[in-house]
This record gives sequence, structure tokens and C-alpha cells, in this order.
Amino acid sequence: MSERVFKYIGTRPIRHDGVDKVTGRANYGADLTLPGMLHGAVLRSPHAHARIVSIDTSAAEAVAGIKAIVTGKDFPETTAKLALGEAAIDLHDIADNVIARTKVLYGGHAVAAVAATNPDAAREALSKINVVYDVLKPVLTVDQATAPNAPILHDAMVTKGVKDAKGPTNVAARMELKRGDVEKGFAEADVVVEREYRTPTVHQGYIEPHACVARFGEDGRAVVWCSTQGPFAVRDQVAAIVGIDPALVKVIPSEIGGGFGGKIVVYLEPLAVALSRKAQRPVKMVMSRDEVFKASGPTSGTKIRVKIGAKRDGTVTAASASLYYEAGAYRGSPAGAGMACAYAPYKFPNFFIEAFDVVVNKPKVAAYRAPGSPMASFAVESTLDEIARELRLDAVDLRLKNAAAEGDHAPYGPAYGPIGVKTILDAVKNHPHWSAPLGRNQGRGLALGFWFNGGMNSSATVLLNPDGSAAVITGNPDIGGTRAAQALMVSEELGIPVERVRPIVADTDTSGMTDVTGGSRVCYATGMAVINAARDVREQLRARAAKIWDVDVESIKWEDGQAIPPPGVEKAPHPLGVADIGAKMAHTGGPIVGRASLYAPMAGPGFGAHICDLEVDPETGRTTILRYTAFQDVGKAVHPSYVEGQIQGGAAQGIGWALNEEYVYNPSGLMENAGFLDYRMPVASDLPMIETVLIEVANPLHPYGVRGVGEVPIVPPLAAVANAVRQATGIRFTELPLSPPRVLAGIEQASRQPVGVS
Amino acid sequence: MKLHIETTINGEPAEYLCEPHETLLSVLRNGVGLTGTKEGCSTGDCGACSVLLDGRLVPSCLVLAPEAQGRTVTTIEGLARGDRLHPLQQKFLEHAALQCGICTPGFIVAAAALLDKNPNPTETEVRYWLAGNLCRCTGYDKIIKAVLDSSAQLQKAAV
Amino acid sequence: MATVHLPSGLTQFTGGLSTLTIEAPRVADLLATLAARYPELGPQLDQVAVAVDGEIYQDPGYQAVRPTSEVHLVPRIAGG
Repeated sequence: MSERVFKYIGTRPIRHDGVDKVTGRANYGADLTLPGMLHGAVLRSPHAHARIVSIDTSAAEAVAGIKAIVTGKDFPETTAKLALGEAAIDLHDIADNVIARTKVLYGGHAVAAVAATNPDAAREALSKINVVYDVLKPVLTVDQATAPNAPILHDAMVTKGVKDAKGPTNVAARMELKRGDVEKGFAEADVVVEREYRTPTVHQGYIEPHACVARFGEDGRAVVWCSTQGPFAVRDQVAAIVGIDPALVKVIPSEIGGGFGGKIVVYLEPLAVALSRKAQRPVKMVMSRDEVFKASGPTSGTKIRVKIGAKRDGTVTAASASLYYEAGAYRGSPAGAGMACAYAPYKFPNFFIEAFDVVVNKPKVAAYRAPGSPMASFAVESTLDEIARELRLDAVDLRLKNAAAEGDHAPYGPAYGPIGVKTILDAVKNHPHWSAPLGRNQGRGLALGFWFNGGMNSSATVLLNPDGSAAVITGNPDIGGTRAAQALMVSEELGIPVERVRPIVADTDTSGMTDVTGGSRVCYATGMAVINAARDVREQLRARAAKIWDVDVESIKWEDGQAIPPPGVEKAPHPLGVADIGAKMAHTGGPIVGRASLYAPMAGPGFGAHICDLEVDPETGRTTILRYTAFQDVGKAVHPSYVEGQIQGGAAQGIGWALNEEYVYNPSGLMENAGFLDYRMPVASDLPMIETVLIEVANPLHPYGVRGVGEVPIVPPLAAVANAVRQATGIRFTELPLSPPRVLAGIEQASRQPVGVS
Repeated sequence: MKLHIETTINGEPAEYLCEPHETLLSVLRNGVGLTGTKEGCSTGDCGACSVLLDGRLVPSCLVLAPEAQGRTVTTIEGLARGDRLHPLQQKFLEHAALQCGICTPGFIVAAAALLDKNPNPTETEVRYWLAGNLCRCTGYDKIIKAVLDSSAQLQKAAV
Repeated sequence: MATVHLPSGLTQFTGGLSTLTIEAPRVADLLATLAARYPELGPQLDQVAVAVDGEIYQDPGYQAVRPTSEVHLVPRIAGG
């Protein structure tokens, strides 16, 4: 692909929605108020596992100010499947998760919802709803869920992917990938390392709780304002769960205060619509932080066994792994994705990897940035680090020896196109961070990571104004600067300044259908639709110039925002710019509207490598991150500041996952740390500046070479931190988080071991 | 029985009715329509609700609405002067120090309080002052740079 | 005839075969042929995405399959 020279792509304009956001004017999910609006609240299960015997709402109905109450029986049974955020999800499970029917499957599972004229009345009504439960024993880990005679969550569950499978079981699915002959491969190895790893349940941690306002009108139409990653996904889910025609549902996305995959599946919206329908008034519902932790969708806790064998020169001869992922209350963990990603940066000749999706009495897991990949990568990259140590090989060299390149087959099947693994590793090796000196109790860790590039459905419209300015409209909420990126693309294609482009996030009635903002797909897939729509405008501009000049459109070139006429035409003395042609719209055929829609395939994946330096205080077990450098193949950075931002943010989330974050459960299966004080995410004083190195190996599927960047950066940090702690302490920790109590216990135990025992 | 509270918000006299147990955050957002101050946790841990009460940085979710009686409240809406953004607001934009933007009002108010108190902070001082404001999108890097650049700019202007 | 590669987890439903040749003009036809040839495989196919010459389609449908295409059935992946 030739090196295109860009005029606007790669620059760093101020984002178009920026002033609204720094002044507090931008409206997020909880910022809307409507006349007559009621306040909704949800009654949630106090038990991790129980049968619902009865629900009596009569006392609650009598509370002053209560206008509507709903329970599971107000919602229809649904068996529909929905293509949602890239995976076909059983709507039956989502519907049951929104409000329980016969069983509650986790502490916090919604059982009833009320709408009242003020929040105090709503709270009082909740306290007066009488639910009788038949409490059951919960299972909270993969080990508990798969133990003999374990309590069963779903009586009808059989393990998908196993021939002649029979219930009862909590194992929802088994998947497998294989290549070559692992037994032969291990026999050829000079060194074999085998470890078992565990990672906890963690939450996306978006600062904005779920929020929505629903208004069900006298005409049977529902309007939902909500904070979401996908208005079309909300429309389809709400329609199916509440039991109304999707054509009667309009979803208007507000600004969104973080999602990371957790705001794709609905929680409140169907409840708000159903309450509004009963009360015939708008209903607002906002989750408390406690509810966000307990009743939205964290990601899987996992148990992962990895065994890798290598020759003395570092060539891996065999890799074998078993991945057990907690799905939460319903099937659907990202175990399959973890399986596909685990060995993705490498060309191992022989491998085996199996993955198990296991239900437990925790909230149903939702997507969290590169879902499934961080945990698998933690296990594989930690094991590779041990291999490098045993062979006394540099960590970069070991990975270079096994690095996948264009033409090698990904572990999940297809051959890679141009990819950046080796380029990234060379950049690591040559970076001053890799050879900087370290002091006492300090360590350096390296890890690689992989994630796919989402594709799927996207639409875009570009509207030209007579003055040569333009609007670009998509249905993708802007979580991290995509409006600015889309404006840059229109600027590049039309040759107009980026300040003269207005990027707009529309709703389900005013935008062509588009899949969610997530999966690293907006800059890539929706970006392609934007570029194509802008090119559509450009072609129309050329055709109008042809009319104005009375020449053949084929003879007109387009350069730098201008139509260039063929030489020697009297009626065409000089080029015409966008504004010149725009001013003559009405005279040459009418308004100019460009449009495009496409289904982008998933291709052109991304890789990253992170170097982490840290210091462990041997007296407290506290880890301080000293220096962090993140390398990533981004294809083409459209707005480099926001690309850097994605990498820095993902790295910070991964560091939190490695060092402090976890759901703490009591023996009854209830979460004990459902707040930001004890669910400890990184704060500004926990981190240094995070340096980013953007590497651009063009993705041949995209006109500018763009790769999705948002998700890769959360994948390497878990092992980068663990490998650094290994160097700093001499101890291989295989269970996250590496919080001070765990690290201190490990240090104390190691100091009691005689010398020579590893 | 609701209380009638008279206060000053962003330099203008303001009044509202509130329950005794209502928070200042709730009244700002629902009573007087200033939704720029955000609710992230309601337990004082995330800083999204940061406001200045008589010039002092507080989490408005932990201040009772009646406590504002006779005092001055400054919210994010009070930082710009007419059509001139506060230097922090401008620097946040230039440094791309926001992604989803939900934490941004809280950070800007908190940073404004810091620069009032300590016009020339070090990177470490900035990080510790802002440790009460959670951001999940940025990893803090560009936020810190924006605050340090703002202080440099304010220093230059003061000379 | 397009070459179709199955992940090892699905070969239990095809009598152990992991590479097959199938003549089909579109992805939907290819999956229908697979399901007809191996009835036990059919119900497992809603968990798969289809990669045609390196491009993965989460919604397998009427995408064209060329006679020389390399087709892989891959796990369905959700992004976040």
C-alpha cells in the first residue's frame, strides 16, 4: 500500500463536543428531566441463589406517590435470539436478567420495580414489597460450580460442544482449538513450564452509572433516552423484552460516561418503559454505584492452566491450556475469545487449547474491553516469562523467535495479513526504557497482547451546506473522541477545514442502522462508512462542476478540496472549491447529500506490547508503578491524541486489574466491596505518565489503513505487571490481584523457604 | 417539611426548597437545574460531584443541601467568564484530557481549587491533590499535563 | 470447491474430519451443506462466525464464497 500523504488525518484538532463537556453542558443519561417525570427504583434479591415463592406488592401499592409497580409477570416470555455486539445472545437470558421470573441467580438480581413521584416514596415502596424466597446454596467459583453434587443454576442446561451431553450441569459450553501434535512437541522440548493461574471478577468501572428516561405515549410509542454504547441494540432489546413492535420504539443516546462493553446489554430500560406504560408518565431510572457493581455486568473470574515447552534456543515446540471462565448467572462468558487470543501473537507449531463456559451465582458477565483476552494473555505471557528465565533468554528475543507474521495462521484459523508483531518487538528492543537501569526491589516486565478489529454494520450520511460546510451523521455514541475522528475523515475527503465539519450522533429514527460503539470498530468500520459517504458527496460535487462548466465529468480532477477543469475550456477559467459549487446547489440539481452503509468484515487485528517497571516494598507488599511504556500497532492514527488516550486508559485499567481490583464475596455469596473505596481502581497518585509508541502497519482493508485500537491496550498489563513483580521479588505470583496482603504473604512465605527452592 | 435555603451559586443569589436529608448534589442537579456536577458514587469516593463551598473543595454528595445556607457555592458552570473559558477548560481541550468527559467537571473544579491554593504545583502535588477524582478513561496522563500546563500559563499571565 | 477448516472442537460431529471441500456460492449455502451432511453439527453452528479468505463475518449470510476460497469456522467473538 503506497504511503498516502494526509492533510488532516493525523492532526490534533480540539474535539467538536469538547466545549460542552468542559463546561458541564453536555447531557449524560441522568441529566434529562421531563414534565411529570416519575422516579423508578428496583427491588433486588438479597440472596445469591433462591427460588421465588411469591411476591406481594399490595402494601407497596398503597404508599403515597406510587404510580406503578412491575414484576416478572408483567413481561412476556421470549425465546428470540439477537445479534448483539457481535455475539448472538439469547434474549431469554437477558430478559430474565432484567427481572427475575422463577429464580434469583445472584445477589442484586432484580425482582420488582416501582415508579413514584419522588425518590423517598420509591424507596419506601420497595421496603413494603414482600418477597418469599426458598433460599438455595450458591456456587461462586468454577471449582464450586463443577464439583460433584454442586447446586445447579439452570435445570435444563446441557454442555454445548460436547457430543451426547447430558445434564444436570453448570458447564454451559466447551470449545477447543488444536494444531499439530502437542505430545510430540512436549517430547521435543528442552524445558517445560506448567502453571495454574486465577483472576478475579472485575468491573469495567465506568464513572457514570446506568441511567435512562422512558416515556410511553398514549399512541403506544416508547421513547427512551439512555446512556448506551448502542441505541439500535437498546431498541431491539427493549422491544423484545417488553413485548412491543421495535418500530414503535425510538432510542435517543445521551452522552455516555464510559462503557467499555458494559453498556451494550440493557438493565434498566425495559423496566423504565414498562413502568411508564403502566403509569402513563415518563419514568427516570438511575443505578446507584452499589447497584452498578452488583447488578450490571462485570467480567469473568477465571482459572487457567497453561503448559509450554521450548527448545534451548527459545523456539516453542508445544503449548497446552485449559481455560475456565465464570459466565455469571447465565451462559455466555468470553471463554471462546480467550481461547482464540491466548496464542495469537505466536506461530506455535503444536498447540491444544480448550475453554469452558461455567455458570456461577454472580451477575451475568458483560463485555469488558477485549473480553476474554486479558486473562488468557496473563496466563500465557507469565508462562513465557518463566520459559525465558529458565533458558536465560531476553524476554523480547524469546518472543521474536516465535512471533507470528503475515501469512502465518492465527490460532483460530485464517492466515494473518500484514501485522505488527515483529515491528512492535523491535521497537521495544530499541527503546531506552528496555535498557534503563533498575534499583533494589525493582523489576521490569514485558508482555504482548492481541485483539480483533470489530467490523459489522455501519451507516453514515454527509450533508453539504451551500457555504461549503458539512455535517456528518452516524448512530455511534462518542465515548472517546470518535466525533473528532469522523470530522477529520470528512475534511480529508472533501478538503474542507475540520472546524467546518459538524459531527453528529443521531438516534434510531435519524441515523442509518449501526452496530454498537465498541469492539474497536467505530474508527474502522463506521469510519469507512463516513469516508464512503464523503466520497459520495465529492462525486456529486464533480458532477455539478461538470454541469457548471458544460464538460464531461470524467475530465474533471479533484485535488485538495477543488474541482480542477480540463485545460482550455472557456467556461472553466479556474478551479471551483466546495463552497463555490455548494453555493450553486439549487442551480445544478438540488441539495447534495452523501450516504454510505456497509458491513465491514472483522480483519486487520491489533497487537500491543507493554513494558512495566515497578518497585515492591518488602515490608508492606505495596507495589508502585515507576515507569510504563505501551507499544501498539494502530494501523493509522486518525487523531493521535485520542489514540494515545485509548492506550493510556486501557493500560491503567489493566494495571488496576493486576494490582488491586477484585469482587470480594462473603460466604453467602454477597458482594462486600460494592463501592469505589474498597473496589480499588487506580487514582492519579498511583500512576506515572504512560508513554505510548504508535506503530503504523497499515490495515489493507481500510482506505487509510486504520486498525481498531480501543481494546488491545488492556490485554498486556496483567502479565507485564506480574512479570515485573517476579523480577522485583523473585516470586512468581499466579493469582491476581497482586494486592499488598497477597504480595506480603508471598514475600514472607518465600523468606521462610531454604535457599535453592523456587 | 421542606426547608427554604438561600445561598449564592456561581456568583448569583439562589434559593431552593429541600428535605433536611437531601444532598447539595441532588439539589444542584434536580432543584436548580445545574446538571454539570455529576453523580458517580454518592459515597464521596469518585470526585465527580466536586464543587467549591466558600472556596473549599468538597464532594457535594456528602454535603447536606441545608448546609449551603448563607454560603457561596461554585460549580463547573461558574468557571467560564462569559465567552472566555477558564484556562483549565482550555488546556483540557488542547491536551485531549477527556475521553467520555463524565469526570471532567469534577477534575476541573478540583484543579481550580488546587491552583488557587498552590499556583505552581509539582507533578506529584497535582497527582496527590487529584487522587480524590476518579477517571477510568484516560489513565490520568493527559489530565496531569493539562493541569501543569494551566499552572504554567497562569504563572506567565501573573508576571 | 472451497476448502473449509473446522476447529478441532467441532470434529467430533464430523467423524473426525477437520478439513472439508464444499461447493457453495455463498456462506449460507456452505453452512446449509455442512448441516445437511453432518446433522449433529447443525445445532453447533449458531456459535460460529465464518472467515472467508481472512475476513471474519459475525453474521454469516450471503457473502460470496469463491471456488478457491479458504474458509474457517471461528468462535463468535464479542467486543467491548
